[in-house]
Amino acid sequence: METKVTSYKHCDLVKTEGRVDSATAPQFSETLQGITDQGRFKIVLDFGSLDFISSAGLRVLINTQKTCKRYNRGEVVLASVPANIYAALDLSGFTSLFQIFDEVTNAVGYF
Amino acid sequence: MKMITVPGRYKNLVELSEFIRQAAQEAGLDDFAIYSVETAVEEACTNIIEHAYGGEGNGDIQCKCQVSDEGLTIFLHDQGKPFDPKSIQEPDIHAPLKKRKSNGLGLYIMRQWMDDVKFEFDPQKGNTLTMFKGKEKKR
Repeated sequence: METKVTSYKHCDLVKTEGRVDSATAPQFSETLQGITDQGRFKIVLDFGSLDFISSAGLRVLINTQKTCKRYNRGEVVLASVPANIYAALDLSGFTSLFQIFDEVTNAVGYF
Repeated sequence: MKMITVPGRYKNLVELSEFIRQAAQEAGLDDFAIYSVETAVEEACTNIIEHAYGGEGNGDIQCKCQVSDEGLTIFLHDQGKPFDPKSIQEPDIHAPLKKRKSNGLGLYIMRQWMDDVKFEFDPQKGNTLTMFKGKEKKR
């Protein structure tokens, strides 16, 4: 897994590539916590190059969403989600918990 | 029947995933079915490492694949503690964010995406999980 964080004025964009599984979920969590620890809670996850996500990755998503939405201070949104990943999110009931955008630019513009 | 044995560590699951993908392709599964099988195996192996072995580096995971006209059967074998699937509560996937629990999803995904999931425990032979994915789509 590779992540690249770009900080914009109103949000942080995290491009996530490869596999988020039991082996890499701790690193994914650390990256996101690095953002929220700076007091930044508006996060766009660009999943355009994400190949695989397991329940370990889904756990990171839900925990980060809980952190960001606390006190209405922000939100995690997803962008450019591949069909297989969307199916995993949908199966797990995550599509009602995250705004999902087709295009990264629209997701960034949402904040 | 093809077989691979890997040490029970999370980083070794990628190798297992490659092995499963190849077998699923040979079985003639479509792209989404292949992804489902890879996910189910990843979840099953994570459970083996976490619950049966109580952590990484405590034992091996053996994986066998059987390709048939109907689809793909996967056998996962470990020598850890028996795991009672009934002890895992099914997640409430409709709960609001604040009440949403993040555990129990792995087993739920396995059961939803595979056509058959069966746990067997033998004090001598160890634990065997058998999963089947048919060629017909199940979504």
